[in-house]
Amino acid sequence: MESFINMILLTLLAVVTLGVVRLRNLFAVVILGGIYSFLMASVLIVLDAVDVSMTEASVGAGISTVLMLTVLYMTRVEEAKPVHTPILPLFVAGVTGAVLVYGTWGLPAFGLSDTPINTHVGMRYMELSVPDTGIPNVVTSVLASYRGFDTLGETTVVFTAGIGVLLLLRRGVSLARLRRKQQEEEKPS
Amino acid sequence: MEVLQAIAAHYNHWITIFLMVAGLYVVVARGNMIKKLIGLSLFQTSVYLLYISPGKILGGTAPIIDPSIEVYSNPLPHVLILTAIVVGVATLALGLGLVVRINEVYGSIEEDEIFTREDDDE
Amino acid sequence: MRLDVVLRVVTKLMLPFMLVFAIYVQFHGDYGPGGGFQAGVIAAAALILYALMFGLSAAMRVVPTWLVEKMIPIGVMIYAGTGVVSMFLHENFLDYDALNHHSHVHAQEWGVFIVEVGVFVTVSSTMIAIFYAFGGRGR
Repeated sequence: MESFINMILLTLLAVVTLGVVRLRNLFAVVILGGIYSFLMASVLIVLDAVDVSMTEASVGAGISTVLMLTVLYMTRVEEAKPVHTPILPLFVAGVTGAVLVYGTWGLPAFGLSDTPINTHVGMRYMELSVPDTGIPNVVTSVLASYRGFDTLGETTVVFTAGIGVLLLLRRGVSLARLRRKQQEEEKPS
Repeated sequence: MEVLQAIAAHYNHWITIFLMVAGLYVVVARGNMIKKLIGLSLFQTSVYLLYISPGKILGGTAPIIDPSIEVYSNPLPHVLILTAIVVGVATLALGLGLVVRINEVYGSIEEDEIFTREDDDE
Repeated sequence: MRLDVVLRVVTKLMLPFMLVFAIYVQFHGDYGPGGGFQAGVIAAAALILYALMFGLSAAMRVVPTWLVEKMIPIGVMIYAGTGVVSMFLHENFLDYDALNHHSHVHAQEWGVFIVEVGVFVTVSSTMIAIFYAFGGRGR
């Protein structure tokens, strides 16, 4: 049953992706992106990743949709017609996909408990978390305690990206506005 | 029936690959920069699936320990992807910031238009 | 009558619940799904909703830009500072056992709590700062 729900949600995800790729109205694409994120959050719940699902629903469908819409407001909503034929990119994508699909035959099947990933360190955390830290939510204890270094790095990346956006956008008159002002000054004289 | 089981065993992988390839196609084929960034985030979300799917154990539940439950899914991929999502939106914002600046200077976010304008200037 | 009056009233009704939910997610992260990353994003989303409905300047009166920009590095400093403190207490960097010598488990819980607060501060303020930067550019 779990497997069945999972397959249906994944199929919906693929259909929405087709829409995202084909549509040229960027507003529609951004809204479809929000739907995509909520579908992805549902898939993640079925796959038992509740923490990740919560993050994806709030970040993917919330923050990034708002940011995209803000940028669309400043730029253009309609995408230009493609100049080049899409044959070469289609070929590249198709070959990459074919090679990857060929590779999946060597991977363990979905949902088994005796695969390499499910027999090593991940399951060890499940046994150690409560005696070591007293925290029942293993994701939190691994995130903040066992792998605290990792999370420190990720926090620093968020910090760096924030600083980058502020450097790009915050202060200073925009170049385009300067140029327009110059042109206006030149015209009367 | 065996065919169905074989499909179910690898369906997650195939959808992951489809999302990844779709993202790759959008990044390569489309000239619009916002569309390129959306393609990049498609690619990124496919990586979430790639990590989370193998950690799922059928019949298991979320990795929050409770005495009444015996089978849990693997928590380690969840930790890795949880941080990746937040970092992903931060870098997406950085990309969008670049798009806004490019639009202010060139008045366009289409790659081809920007290239022709560059050629005109020279 | 302005057409967005329903949206405004509903927004004002929802905001306290969103903020309380963010706090719940932050502090209940040890026992249920949640943690600093999610809580930070939810808190930022509440403020962004307020800014969308009542304008950027109204939001900037509630949470001023200078405060947001100070909070981004402060969060990272809380996180890294926990590591430095545990180093001064003769343990490894980010080894929370140093924080409470009597109980190993309590020390870990304290460490996780402080670190999650650091994550919350950085993530929420970064999201708000990014939104302010984009919104301020659009005007």
